Amino acid sequence: MNTGAHIIIIVVHALANSSTTLTMLMPLAGVLRHAIVVACIVLSACDDRPWNRPYPAEDADRNILYSLFQERPKHLDPARSYSSNEVTFTGQIYEPPLQYDYLKRPYELIPLTAEAVPAPRYLDSSGQQLPAAVDADEIAFSVYDITIRPGIMYQPHPAFARDQQGKLRYRQLDAEELASIHVLGDFKETGSRELVANDYIYQIKRLAHPQIHSPILGLMSEYIVGLEDYSRTLASAHEKTIADEGDGAFLDLDKFPLEGVEVIDRYRYRIKIHGKYPQLLYWLAMPFFAPGRHAADRFYSQAGMQQRNITLDWYPVGTGPYMLTVNNPNRQMVLETNPNFHGEVYPSEGMPGDREAGLLDDAGKPVPFIDKVVFSLEKETIPYWNKFLQGYYDTSGISSDSFDQAINIGNSGEVSLTDSMLTQGIDLSTAVSTSIFYTGFNMLDPVVGGNTEAARKLRLALSIAINIEENISIFLNGRGIPAQGAIPPGIFGYEEGEAGINLHVYDWTPQGAVRKPLEVAKRLLAEAGYPEGRDINSGKPLVLYFDTPATGPDAKARLDWLMKQFAKLNIQLVIRGTDYNRFQEKMLKGTAQIFQWGWNADYPDPENFLFLLYGPNSKVEHNGENASNYVNEKFDSLFDQMKDMENGPQRKAVIREMMDIARYDAPWIWGYFPKQFTLRHVWLKNSKPNLMANNALKYKRIEPQLRKQLQQQWNQPVRWPLYLLAGLLLIALVPAWISYRRQQGMSAIQVKH
Amino acid sequence: MFAYIIRRLGYAIPILIGINLLTFYLFFVVNSPDDMARMHLGMKRVTPEAVENWKASHGYDKPLLINSEASNLDQLTDTIFFEKSLKLFVFDFGSSDDGRDISFDISQRMLPSLAIAVPSLIIGLLVNITFALLMAFFRGTYVDYTGVILCVVLMSISAMFYIIGGQYLLAKVFRLMPISGFDGGLDALKFIILPVVIGVVSGIGAGSRWYRTFFLEEAGKDYVRTARAKGLAESLVLFRHILRNALIPIVTGVVSLLPLLFMGSLLLESFFAVPGLGSYTIDGIQNQDFAIVRVMVFLGSVLYIIGLIMVDIAYTIVDPRIRLT
Repeated sequence: MNTGAHIIIIVVHALANSSTTLTMLMPLAGVLRHAIVVACIVLSACDDRPWNRPYPAEDADRNILYSLFQERPKHLDPARSYSSNEVTFTGQIYEPPLQYDYLKRPYELIPLTAEAVPAPRYLDSSGQQLPAAVDADEIAFSVYDITIRPGIMYQPHPAFARDQQGKLRYRQLDAEELASIHVLGDFKETGSRELVANDYIYQIKRLAHPQIHSPILGLMSEYIVGLEDYSRTLASAHEKTIADEGDGAFLDLDKFPLEGVEVIDRYRYRIKIHGKYPQLLYWLAMPFFAPGRHAADRFYSQAGMQQRNITLDWYPVGTGPYMLTVNNPNRQMVLETNPNFHGEVYPSEGMPGDREAGLLDDAGKPVPFIDKVVFSLEKETIPYWNKFLQGYYDTSGISSDSFDQAINIGNSGEVSLTDSMLTQGIDLSTAVSTSIFYTGFNMLDPVVGGNTEAARKLRLALSIAINIEENISIFLNGRGIPAQGAIPPGIFGYEEGEAGINLHVYDWTPQGAVRKPLEVAKRLLAEAGYPEGRDINSGKPLVLYFDTPATGPDAKARLDWLMKQFAKLNIQLVIRGTDYNRFQEKMLKGTAQIFQWGWNADYPDPENFLFLLYGPNSKVEHNGENASNYVNEKFDSLFDQMKDMENGPQRKAVIREMMDIARYDAPWIWGYFPKQFTLRHVWLKNSKPNLMANNALKYKRIEPQLRKQLQQQWNQPVRWPLYLLAGLLLIALVPAWISYRRQQGMSAIQVKH
Repeated sequence: MFAYIIRRLGYAIPILIGINLLTFYLFFVVNSPDDMARMHLGMKRVTPEAVENWKASHGYDKPLLINSEASNLDQLTDTIFFEKSLKLFVFDFGSSDDGRDISFDISQRMLPSLAIAVPSLIIGLLVNITFALLMAFFRGTYVDYTGVILCVVLMSISAMFYIIGGQYLLAKVFRLMPISGFDGGLDALKFIILPVVIGVVSGIGAGSRWYRTFFLEEAGKDYVRTARAKGLAESLVLFRHILRNALIPIVTGVVSLLPLLFMGSLLLESFFAVPGLGSYTIDGIQNQDFAIVRVMVFLGSVLYIIGLIMVDIAYTIVDPRIRLT
């Protein structure tokens, strides 16, 4: 407390204790005393603590990480959640059998709850085992036997609570018990249980539950033996259960066996899939394949729980390092360490440079390091950025508005932090995302689509004319690298340097890839039948159509820029702006002509990018992700070959051949791979971008004392504006008071009407 | 008066049906059930079967307004409109399309909205009336002229500027309060101050000028001249006569604002990360969650109707000459 506050308190005491003084000062004493008490309270808060701290003061030096969510997660059920903002939570709570190594690159799968990364056994159609090196065409089934580690316990949860007789405590809740329940925390008793192999089987069955709507059911039905029929069986069983039992009906999946999954013993289970699908291992590192609990499902399915928003979709139950203790998606979500966590240690091996960067300082130490993670709802980027600068968020991305404040771009394009960031000790890490944004041609369109030479040359001319480098520089502040093909850096099949460039659009020079001159594009355009941008037959100008859901003010500059790119070839580009729903409809029906689209990798395998150009995956005919509806038989047959291959020179050669075909056909203007810029404060340790691992929170560490010290240093309130405001009010009152007195003293005739 | 209120409530029913029908029509002009399904199922790997399955389990697999395949009354009742709308009239809001109970969410979000809106309204009203009275009292003087100029300046600034400028100056530069956020109980106070200050300041220009005109209009009337002729002090004339009579339009304006208090402020709640009903409505629209949109529009309409009835009642209180029949 400062001196001013002490003086005021003494005065208040004097006033309170002196009846004489009070009598003398009546009637002002009451008002004055209240004013002084209020001032005293205000001034008593004038210690070193920041006034603008958005969190409880008592948490200032606690081991808590502060983060945010910009949009409330829709689903936290691991069978359903797919969006990155949902996996941020489910990734920390649920544990699938596998995970990605945090530090090693290229991305490497390692066991999580499994004893080891399973190796598949291959069977022919009669069930006979085949050698490991057999041709993929001969494989009828692949079998994965997964062994999980014993002794892994679930987080404390009321679904596992048992009474003295050993029965589940909250199995049959009545209306009286439910009356006092509003959130999950209102259940007084909790319990736990060991993770067993059947929990993983149960979860795979949940993918087919008719009410869960798992986004990967369609894909997995193609592979997991019997899953397609199983979903139909469950659908009819569910209808019957609802008809029989009504609200609170529970579909017991344990009663419905699924052919492709099997419990071998308490800690071992088996997944049987059609053919060869090495990518299954990547799926086994996602929450879709985390354990599900029959007891939890039954607990949440009871009548009255849904009305209280107490569902598995909102209150996850897992074995991971964290558990969700506060779930108010309207304001705040809190993860706290799971007291039953089985334990794991920080990795001891990394990449060159990791040790020097301090990323191996905690090697071998038990994780998680952070006790609690508070996620606050923050919809707008400006408050988010300012709170990061004040130290109230531990990490931040960089929006376009704040880019110049944070980043300097050197003459040769090198990126560095501005002085103000360096002064605050902020650190920058960059990583090229495993994503691609591209401009696609609808190959079903009569003008830009099709396999004719004219259409191909038109597409290539546009690929050359549209300057992606300029786009990245203007609209992304340089945060991206031009794509030479579909596969981004960090994914097998990506090639650096001359070997990896698109020779139809770029020339290789000692300075690197250089876009071909516009004259080449004009020549190609003429060869396509549109010299100077006019149809050689009709003489009419070539008009192309760009379909986009982006119609706001931010998009206008981009769209104007795009029109100018087309205008370089004297091609008129008509922007057909529409809402997102109509845009989706156009894409599904194949009525769009040129569009922009993007893809974010599910897993680090080239198959997950090249399938975007795979014919049987076309959007119009097969409702797939090949938005361009590109079909090339040779490409498709190479894809079929490549998807089952192990990474190695042979696979690389096939990928190279596929890319050559796609670059020649040019169904896309290849666009760019976005670069992720992340800022972090000096007190946050062990932060390395890992675009695949969704459970990296357990490796992060903070130094709370340093954070508290710097927050205090950065956030001392500036008080003089308060004094100034009070002074100004007083000054304004004086002439008003004089004027009032004067007016009161006037005769009636002088008063203006 | 009781019969009047009952009659007005009776009128409300067809109005609410009409509003519900209009909301339904406007929503489904823009969003088809297939669009909604795709939005909820995510952008990746959505199969036609998944879309159909979602629609069936959420009741969007039926015709919108008329079921030509059904017979008799079922033609009207076995439709999305009927099934989704009927329960609204008994205030059974059901679940949002992502499975959360809407009544629960509204109960949680109502208080944060009110925590910002009620103090903003009360303090704003006091400040505006005071400032307007000041200008009216000193009409024709430098205080009045300066005040009017200040009001015009304040009115000319956009709400976004107040918010961003307020956050920048008070929370970032002066570091006097948190930039954004919200908390429960008394801890909410430090988060409320800034949006309330911005809400009040941004409303001073329009509010004070509006009220000033009421006061000046009253000041020119005969009864005021009579009061002055009787020798009443100017302050008494102002507070006892002018203010009281000018309250009628002020009350009308304020009462009509009451529903908006409940519905929250879209901009303020978004920028200050206040988990209120304004941002709930926006989220519902953005996520194409018809369940939320129709409930919030319905609720807004009900409150607005109640607000208008309250205005009529308030008239009788502030002006005894008015009778409700």
